[in-house]
Amino acid sequence: MGFDVGVIVQSLPFLMQGLGLSLLLTVLAAAGGIVMAVALALMRLSGITALSLIAAAYVNFFRSMPLILVIFWFFFLVPLMIGRPVGGFYSALIAFTLFEAAYYAEIVRAGIQSVSRGQVAAGYATGLSYGQTMRFIVLPQAFRNMTPVLLTQAIVLFQDTSLVFVVSLRDFMTATTIVARNEGRLIEMYLFAAAVYLVICLAGSLYVRRLQRKFAR
Amino acid sequence: MHYNWNWGVLWQEPYLGWLISGVGWTLAVSVAAWVIAFSLGSVVGVARTLPNRWVAGAATVYVELFRNIPLLVQLFLWYFVVPELLPADWGRWIKRDMPLPEYTTAVVGLGFYTASRVAEQVRSGIQSIPRGQSMAGYASGLSTAQLYRYILLPVAYRLIVPPLTSEFLTIFKNSSLALTIGVLELTAQSRQITEYTFQGFEAFTAATVIYVVITLTVTAGMTLVERRARMPGFIAGGR
Repeated sequence: MGFDVGVIVQSLPFLMQGLGLSLLLTVLAAAGGIVMAVALALMRLSGITALSLIAAAYVNFFRSMPLILVIFWFFFLVPLMIGRPVGGFYSALIAFTLFEAAYYAEIVRAGIQSVSRGQVAAGYATGLSYGQTMRFIVLPQAFRNMTPVLLTQAIVLFQDTSLVFVVSLRDFMTATTIVARNEGRLIEMYLFAAAVYLVICLAGSLYVRRLQRKFAR
Repeated sequence: MHYNWNWGVLWQEPYLGWLISGVGWTLAVSVAAWVIAFSLGSVVGVARTLPNRWVAGAATVYVELFRNIPLLVQLFLWYFVVPELLPADWGRWIKRDMPLPEYTTAVVGLGFYTASRVAEQVRSGIQSIPRGQSMAGYASGLSTAQLYRYILLPVAYRLIVPPLTSEFLTIFKNSSLALTIGVLELTAQSRQITEYTFQGFEAFTAATVIYVVITLTVTAGMTLVERRARMPGFIAGGR
């Protein structure tokens, strides 16, 4: 049996639908995760013991759990809480957002801490409130510093979205598997999947490296 | 929300036995994969820093290749594709005679994947040593092998204890992916209990608690090691 490219070409529309879902999940979970992460990081650095403990507990808890277990948790939990089945996408989106928030929170915290303390002091000295100092002075600089790391984490997240396979949500990986099994072409399909992920992630990390060089200047 | 609590299910047979055996498989996969990841990762990481451009290039290709393909895809490649691409005799041996095929595949896949991450830590450890040390080594007549053996590696490994700890924890968590090729490790067992009893809360809570406890134990143990490994004068610590 030779290497059959035809099976890939033939199923391309179906596979691209899957890839679209993977990318959508990545973008939404990254956006939601970063928003939560900013809140967690500000809590952690707030100097208010209770808030900072809650944030630390959240981060450490999610960082000690395997992502697959989190996906199973929400796949089981979300329908139970809402009282009706909602489909795999929303439970996966919630799982990824909450899980990634823990990883993004550490990045955002490091980003905020990379802004020199004098900036905060200067903000207060000009009469800005805490919220204003964060909004207009600290966070813009922090985000500039951490953009490359945030993007790198997004690439990791994109790779991780393949795990929705375990709840049969039709992302790129699941779509590949469906075709591979229906057509009996496991070799072609999994090599193709590897190539697609490799190209996307490599392109992403090369872009991040260029960005880093630009920022370092 | 309607839910019938029954924590007792966790103490019933066969479910308690499933959980215990799940923990066993999780640890067995993690530790065996870590042996591969640590040794191969060390070789690749050192290779990336060698003066020979070809060796360093090959090591870079390894790292980029294994880092940029999702672990799940890699596991499937090892499990479904590699046996077909090998010479026929080997492929037949893997499919028919290899002991514990799912376990072995998971260990190899996870080990090779994590090796690329360990390699990056080893490389950054070596590169964080001031260049003067290498120069001094060469100036005192050491060969490259001796330079690594006596000067660079002893320092580098002490510097990277903390990131290696988190890589081990990553392998421990990633061992859950072994369930996709049929290894009944902890996550798989908790899902199986859910399917048999519908007590998802209890089963997933048990798995979560076990993961958290093992993570905390490893972290606490490694904090002691880190304290002893720290070196004054380097960024990574020391008083």
